[in-house]
Amino acid sequence: MRLYESVFIARQDISSSQVETMADEFAGIITNAGGKIHKREYWGLRSLAYRIKKNRKGHYIMFNLETDGETLKEYERIMRLNEDVLRFLNIRIEEVDENPSIIMQNKGERSDRGDRGDRGDRGDRGDRGDRGDRGDRGSRPPRQEAKPEEAKPQEAASEEAKSEE
Amino acid sequence: MTQLEIKREAVRKPFGRRRKSCPFSGPNAQPIDYKDTKLLSRYTSERGKIVPSRISAVSAKKQRELAVAIKRSRFLALMPYVTS
Repeated sequence: MRLYESVFIARQDISSSQVETMADEFAGIITNAGGKIHKREYWGLRSLAYRIKKNRKGHYIMFNLETDGETLKEYERIMRLNEDVLRFLNIRIEEVDENPSIIMQNKGERSDRGDRGDRGDRGDRGDRGDRGDRGDRGSRPPRQEAKPEEAKPQEAASEEAKSEE
Repeated sequence: MTQLEIKREAVRKPFGRRRKSCPFSGPNAQPIDYKDTKLLSRYTSERGKIVPSRISAVSAKKQRELAVAIKRSRFLALMPYVTS
């Protein structure tokens, strides 16, 4: 029997109660095989540093558990099969830290400022619709020989003189 | 972050700065934890790269530990791989 720390990230669209039942299910695998859950933490819906499978947020759950290698292998296999699990990390630890982890401590500090809550989905902006026909552009004005900007003043003057003749 | 402690030798020699000791070694050093993103982000550049130990003055042993912690943190999307 060894000590492990396990963190998994669940998809953002599932509710926190569903996450809890999922966590119970995973914890059940360990306890049914004679292991022990020393600590369990729900870090809440956190925003991810980058997108994972199109998700920007995820529910984080952490366990400190005591089990043998065989059971951990089975536990990892079941996590891999579960499509609601975006990612998991299981690492060996030497001892269980009885205090809540740093993330939980920081969460406590932040709650003093009041939770801003979820901003909610901005919703679909809808189709902008067809821009419609632009209509006929009409007949083109008669083409001008030598654009006025290009023509040098002197030449323009001489041309004018010619036309007068 | 690159601020170096100026000890008594430095007063004698203006450019001979004493190397700052490793922040993770010693009696009251903080533990390196992959969950502590606030601590780890002090040892990454603005782009999210791991800062070399010759700049951060972390000892070789602790730098290895730190690198593993940052990589774990990135894997769990607690820290970014790249910030552009």
